Amino acid sequence: MYTASDLRKGLRLKIDGEPYVIMEFNFVKPGKGQALYRTKLKNMINGNQFERTFRSVDTFEQADLREKKMQYLYKEGDKFCFMDNETYEQVYLTEDQVDDAVNFMTDNIEVEILLFEDKPIGISLPNFVELFVTEAEPWAKGDTAAGSTKPVKVQTGYTVQVPTFVTEGEKIRIDTRTGEYLTRVKG
Amino acid sequence: MPDSFSDYSFSLARKARALETRAKLIQSIRNFFIHNGFLEVETPLRLPSPAPEEHIEAIRSEDWFLQTSPELCMKRLLAAGYRRIFQISPCFRAAERGDRHLPEFTMLEWYVAGFDYQKLMGQCEALVGSVAQSLGVTKISRLNNSIDLSPPWERITVEDAFTLYAPVSVEDAMARDTFEEILVDYIEPQLGMNRPTLMYDYPAKLAALAKLKDQNPSVCERFELYIGGLEIANGFSELTDETEQRRRFEYALKKRAEKNLSRYIMPEPFLLSLETLPPAAGIALGIDRLAMVITGAEKIDEVVAFTPEIL
Repeated sequence: MYTASDLRKGLRLKIDGEPYVIMEFNFVKPGKGQALYRTKLKNMINGNQFERTFRSVDTFEQADLREKKMQYLYKEGDKFCFMDNETYEQVYLTEDQVDDAVNFMTDNIEVEILLFEDKPIGISLPNFVELFVTEAEPWAKGDTAAGSTKPVKVQTGYTVQVPTFVTEGEKIRIDTRTGEYLTRVKG
Repeated sequence: MPDSFSDYSFSLARKARALETRAKLIQSIRNFFIHNGFLEVETPLRLPSPAPEEHIEAIRSEDWFLQTSPELCMKRLLAAGYRRIFQISPCFRAAERGDRHLPEFTMLEWYVAGFDYQKLMGQCEALVGSVAQSLGVTKISRLNNSIDLSPPWERITVEDAFTLYAPVSVEDAMARDTFEEILVDYIEPQLGMNRPTLMYDYPAKLAALAKLKDQNPSVCERFELYIGGLEIANGFSELTDETEQRRRFEYALKKRAEKNLSRYIMPEPFLLSLETLPPAAGIALGIDRLAMVITGAEKIDEVVAFTPEIL
């Protein structure tokens, strides 16, 4: 069982027999008042979304979900295909189910496929991925100010803010939870 | 293989400008108080118990607690004869983390003997106005609104704010126990959008350590400052009646016990000091929140170097 203070973005709950994921979460609390937990919930099966505010006394059931390691194979139409490397079983997810993860998915990457009653319904990525920079403005020499940034495109087509010294062809590490650049990867 | 850790140097370096502004802000606040004859004080961060309040969770430190605010010790100084004091110190509140909350944050508190909440509102206005001027940012923008920080500010009672912005009256909201929900959903987003807003005269039930209004005891002499929908400060005329304060603390302790929250103890030395506490007003202002306003930050993360997640 979860309490309101366990709520966070990405947490999965069971409400009225169906699995929900918290899409947006914010803690709000008027200084002297009750803590409020504002959420935007998404039904993990039909994708319906709604907003709901909870108080710290509210409790929640855990959703009975299972994760399975699989490899991303390819995209066909609007379906993404994944394979279990032990059983060679293949499963498909829709674009909606893959969601933002598409920004960080390269062919053959290993991911966790989420199963609700053995039905694939979603995906979770490793916290960090390494991707090649495919498009970047050249580095203007002399621009060494701490914290100055520029946008670059990586091999998945995703655009990310990086320090100005990052150049095309380099590999960078990205935090998939925030979508932010972390560091350059050598070699 | 990617490692599981990062040193987050990039994210730290990116904050350089915000951290410089934050530092200047704190220096400028200090200048204001020193110039106005205040004594800067330091009170202990570890206490046997925080003030018994129903909705504030303290973090344990061995058998004691980390302070949730320096309020009690500062009022004991007032009671002992210090008339104008201020303090800038870290405060700790358990399980408070969000776009506007950190479990460890920086609070400015100041107290003035002989003031009531109306006079204190004026001083708060003067402080923020003077700080904004010395930083060269009298006009800021937040959520696409241009906000002029210089005095005079908007003043509105809680009752009028409910009438103006909420679908229910403040009495109804209190009766249905939805004050916070209505406040957060309907009222806060409207406050301080052109000029900072001082909202005052809170329902007596939400008085905490504030004095009730003589002419109308259904409200207390408490106010909050909002800028761009963001709660910045909370101040009030101090309750100096020991019996009434003890009754409120007992109620809070009872509520906490019912909800199985951690046990606070009655702060007897503080209650004893109320006997000599002069009429006074005091206010707590979130430095991080004010830094958010000044720098235009949407998240509190942008105005502190380290957040708990990267430690």
